[in-house]
Amino acid sequence: MRLPSLKTNVESTQSVVVTKQKLTQKSFVTNLGDYLMEKLFLLLGTLAIFILLLIVGFLIREGSDALREVGISEFIFGQSWYPSSSEPRYGALPFIISSVMVTVGALLLAVPWGIFTAIFISEIAPKRLKEMLKPVVEIFAIFPSVVLGFIALIVISPIVANVFGLSNGLTAVTAAVILSVMALPTIISIAEDSLNSVPSDFKEGAYALGATKWEVIKNISLPAAKSGIIAAVMLGFGRAVGETMTVLMAAGNAIDMPIQHFLGLTVPDFLTSVRTLTANIAIEGSDVAWGSLHYSALFVVGMILFVITFIVNLIADLLINRQRGALRND
Amino acid sequence: MTNAALTKKKRYTQSLWVTVCSLFTAITVGTLLFLFYWIVVGGAEVISWSFITQMPEQNMTAGGIWPALVGTVYVSLLTIAISVPLGIGAAIYLNEYAKQGRLVRLIRLSIRNLSGVPSIVYGLFGLGLFAATFGFGRSLIAAALTLAIMVLPWVITGAEEALKAVPRSFREGGLALGATRWQMIRQLVLPSAIPGMATGSILGLARAAGETAPIILTGAAYYLPIIPHDIKEQFMALPYHLYILATQHSETATVRPIAYGTALVLILLVILLNSVAIFIRNYYRRKNEWL
Repeated sequence: MRLPSLKTNVESTQSVVVTKQKLTQKSFVTNLGDYLMEKLFLLLGTLAIFILLLIVGFLIREGSDALREVGISEFIFGQSWYPSSSEPRYGALPFIISSVMVTVGALLLAVPWGIFTAIFISEIAPKRLKEMLKPVVEIFAIFPSVVLGFIALIVISPIVANVFGLSNGLTAVTAAVILSVMALPTIISIAEDSLNSVPSDFKEGAYALGATKWEVIKNISLPAAKSGIIAAVMLGFGRAVGETMTVLMAAGNAIDMPIQHFLGLTVPDFLTSVRTLTANIAIEGSDVAWGSLHYSALFVVGMILFVITFIVNLIADLLINRQRGALRND
Repeated sequence: MTNAALTKKKRYTQSLWVTVCSLFTAITVGTLLFLFYWIVVGGAEVISWSFITQMPEQNMTAGGIWPALVGTVYVSLLTIAISVPLGIGAAIYLNEYAKQGRLVRLIRLSIRNLSGVPSIVYGLFGLGLFAATFGFGRSLIAAALTLAIMVLPWVITGAEEALKAVPRSFREGGLALGATRWQMIRQLVLPSAIPGMATGSILGLARAAGETAPIILTGAAYYLPIIPHDIKEQFMALPYHLYILATQHSETATVRPIAYGTALVLILLVILLNSVAIFIRNYYRRKNEWL
């Protein structure tokens, strides 16, 4: 480290007076450099905000043509999607319903699966087993989604076809099963984090009063970690609804409304081929003509997807903060 | 109810629920083992040195996966080359310069939101901005820029963790000796944080290598048996190759073994990268303990 001002003082004058000001004096170039670096880092630091704004702005800009021409209500409530017909239709409702169906289906499996596993890892497993189970969850998280899609195609889809007596096993159920595997690591790790953050004196107090291990889990740990566990489910939802490759490979991708009529009621049909919002962008986005109405319409689909995940993630975020706040105050 | 009966009932409930939890955990472990078993058994038959280093032939029904492997390596390295400097810069700002306040909260909120944006939306964004508006076309550079933005939240988070692990006394010592803030960061903080940052970067690399959806839109080629020479060319990539072989090829049954082989190579690549990252982290953690 250089201390130029101090050095000159010592060399040039006999009576050395070292004031605080002189000690902290640095050359003009050093100061300028420091100032510029600080501004550069400020710029890089705020990059995330700019990128988020850029994505939102860009989706709106590219989607505005289609929104103006087709109208938002047609996009959300329209039941047919025929972008290349002579009278194109842009109703994304089948995709929205399909996305919600496979996601909810996936969560029905992944939520109990993930939460019970998280309880086991966090509260029941002895320390050594815990250390072995954590990498298992981490490895799940790094599995490329395309490989899971491949597994769904060759393993799960024939099973679904056999069990339900279908000619084609690529259905909403198939996608939901493999999607639950995708959402699992998110749910386990967030739920486990929130269980771990429950202060141990809460539990020790209950043990001292004679509670069994399960009573402590049920009456102390789970209620205290409630917000965090709900957040885990929300993040799992966000992860599943935005997942592309597994559903693209497992769900069959038919563009019709995935509904059936049952006892006069309209109900979602899980045993039919469905196309989600994500899959539709992947299928049509790779060969769409840039600047066309169809291209613009895909950005509207992207916008719908963005809004859904944005809201879900925001809620999860609030819940995690709430739990942190609540456990700190107590 | 007598006391003894009550205790018995409690014990019964407890063992029931503990069994349920154990069962679900066993299913988790079993699923993972099954996934590996299936891919390894299917892929081991075809995987060989020539499978990895040969060009695909006869419309992908024969030959190897060399251009897909090279394409994935290229696009991932390019992604990291773009995102790591930006991510480290952002992390330095957040950890070394910023004062807690509204701006930092806004930045952190943006980072968390970016990490929740679906990958296909990044693909759409990259297609519109880098490929169409910037005029890069569907290319290596358009795909790498898209992936770079996508992995940025993870790179920032990883780099910030590395910076947080540097003891406060390093910084105070530097400042006390009269260093400016930047001198202190460059000469004291960054050198100690490099291993942690390397770990975060390699994890980002692994993520970029396994990602498919964004590159479908921004640059991956269906069948292009050459090695790309320019960043404005299209490229083959392992995950996209697997997708094509599994679902888009006209003779999916014939190419099934090659699909298994591709899946195995992709998994091995991702696991290798993650292991290297974890090895670096553990190695330096131990080394730092001695200091």
